[in-house]
Amino acid sequence: MAIATKGRAPNPRKPATAGRLRYRLDLHASPYLYIAPFFVLFAAFGLFPLAFTAWVSLHDWSLLSDEHVFVGAENYANLLTDGYFWNALVNTMSILALATVPQLLAALCLAHLLTFRLRGQTFFRMGMLLPNVASVVAVAVIFSQLFGRDFGLINWVLEALGAGRIDWQAGRASSHVAIAVMVAWKWTGYNTLIYLAAMQAVPREVYEAARLDGAGRLSQLFRVTVPMIRPTIVFTVIVSTIYGLQIFAEPQLFGGAGASGVTGGPSRQFQTLTLYLYEHGFNRGFEFGYASAVAWTMFAVIVVIALLNYLLVKRIRSSS
Amino acid sequence: MLKRNPFRTALAVGTAAALAAAGGACSSESEDDTVNLTVGLFGDFGFGPLYEEYMEANPGIVIEERIAEFADHHTNLTTHLATGSGAADIEAVEVGYISQYTAEPDRFHNLLDYGAGDLEDRWLDWKWQQGLATDGGAQIGLGTDVGGMAMCYRRDLFEAAGLPTERDEVSALWAESWEDYVEVGHDYVEATGGEYFFESSGNMFRAMVEQAEQGVYDRDDNIVVDSNPAVKESWDLTVEAVEAGMSNQLEAWTPEWNASFTEGTFATIICPAWMTTYIETNAPDAAGLWDIATVPGGAGNMGGSHLVLPAQGEHPEEAYEFIEWLTAPEQQLKVFEETGNFPSTPELYEDEAFTGMTAEYFNEAPVGEIFTDSAESVEPQYQGPLQGDVLSTIGAGLGRIEEGAQSPDEAWQQVLSDLESF
Repeated sequence: MAIATKGRAPNPRKPATAGRLRYRLDLHASPYLYIAPFFVLFAAFGLFPLAFTAWVSLHDWSLLSDEHVFVGAENYANLLTDGYFWNALVNTMSILALATVPQLLAALCLAHLLTFRLRGQTFFRMGMLLPNVASVVAVAVIFSQLFGRDFGLINWVLEALGAGRIDWQAGRASSHVAIAVMVAWKWTGYNTLIYLAAMQAVPREVYEAARLDGAGRLSQLFRVTVPMIRPTIVFTVIVSTIYGLQIFAEPQLFGGAGASGVTGGPSRQFQTLTLYLYEHGFNRGFEFGYASAVAWTMFAVIVVIALLNYLLVKRIRSSS
Repeated sequence: MLKRNPFRTALAVGTAAALAAAGGACSSESEDDTVNLTVGLFGDFGFGPLYEEYMEANPGIVIEERIAEFADHHTNLTTHLATGSGAADIEAVEVGYISQYTAEPDRFHNLLDYGAGDLEDRWLDWKWQQGLATDGGAQIGLGTDVGGMAMCYRRDLFEAAGLPTERDEVSALWAESWEDYVEVGHDYVEATGGEYFFESSGNMFRAMVEQAEQGVYDRDDNIVVDSNPAVKESWDLTVEAVEAGMSNQLEAWTPEWNASFTEGTFATIICPAWMTTYIETNAPDAAGLWDIATVPGGAGNMGGSHLVLPAQGEHPEEAYEFIEWLTAPEQQLKVFEETGNFPSTPELYEDEAFTGMTAEYFNEAPVGEIFTDSAESVEPQYQGPLQGDVLSTIGAGLGRIEEGAQSPDEAWQQVLSDLESF
């Protein structure tokens, strides 16, 4: 682009004219102009809300009242001493672990299988993405029915097999499993495709060499593929972590239309951080100040966990 | 690569934006002078045919309905009121939320300015009071239905348990008090080997509290859950019923709850008039199996709504005329016939054509008479600003007992400490 404009420009050796000024302006300013739309939009819809949320979090700011009293870090202090916040944090971490770890392992194995020569390869690969295309609300509604206590399909199968019924919502562990299944169902295929793309970039010769050295399919996966696609694994781990820590629709719909959809069950057994935020920000009181403090605390938590995960995954033996 | 002239691109983008803006302006300011009224409801109020009728009689008016979930509806309304935009011209408010809004009458058109004061006698006295601003200077909403309570029960399940099935006899079983109701529950559970007597402990608790002279609030908007003996007595009796295994442990409005009607997993349900619709739609095959008796303790109101006009609405006059027409006895009667939502206009209670009405689905139960008796004998109870949330918090406490997560004492203590943060 720069070359194209340069061609049309007047001879730079001529004395300073309006044309020359325009040329210099074009050369130096227009790149910024080209990228400006992104940054302007980002500032308006990303940066400003972020900063404003931080500002709001320092106030006793209810949507219902016009008075906004500056309270400093009081919201944060209240938050850190609220047992329900810690409860939500533990729930979120538990659901995150239950959803992400099996999901990424399964994705890795599926991607490995998909690298083999298969009949109907494209069909299988596209099929992987199908759950991801489904709306999260539809997924949550259907899975909530499947996990229903009295008339759910899963309990029906469990009973037919002779195992007892499970009140999925009532228990802490069982409700976390149910929600983790929803998340995993939606995202396993997506991660599979990302791994698959990375695996196909691994040079064939490496595998051939491994095979000559007597490596089987499984040890090829763990000794060749995994180290070679490490950056991709880091990426999926971080993205899944960020998504998993913000999980909202699944527990909200799992809880149903009543109060449980906000508190995550009567004992708050599956209230996640975003549900906790929602409870304070968009229910009684509409305490935006407090909810903003929750949002910023969540942000900090996500950064810390994502960093920890990054350091953890980095320990995978690098290919280089 | 295509060479692009930045100026031309900018021009194109600008033109497109201008066109889009112009297009938007055109569609929002139509040339003719029709008035669009939006109506925001939770669930189907059965207004559909009435919109048609009104639009036919008033050619300049176009009515559009938006329906949301119960909880979402009130949350959205509060947000829209606070931000000053997004609310419908006409919004429904359930009685559990009305005092939250009467505390802020400025956010609504004062219906007294449009002549609602002359119509005061149209409604039950307490229905009118519920919509009055806290200082009495404004009326924010016109009443639609009331939820006079009754008790719906399954005749077939009662028969199987060796209990009477005729509605008068059933009413007599618990005519005196809720203690009698729980006694019948003990018998039922014993006779059936552990079948459920009612669907949700939260609903049972709420029905009992609604009958008390004072509920969860005093008149100065203090929460009195810890000091009002009526609340603790209702709690204790509900806990007794839960521990005896009478509760199906369902939470209202969940898919499980809906499905349970079809399966017939419980024998009784507290039945404000609007509940009859839910039973009928959730279990269309159970016609004739359900019947309606009186509620323990005689009367009481649970639920019912008002139509309010948010101040941000631009057509208050047209909107007022419409809701004035919509809440008139003739129209409320039509809604009752359509959905079972019970009118709040006493004029109808005198009308024999109305009181003589029966519900085919409920074994020809005389719904006109049952709900009229119930609605007329309601002793109005003061409802505070966070009424609905307080009841949900107590309901969650009962839920923790049902799930086995806490003992009744622990659950009660947690309810009290949760309420302290209100």
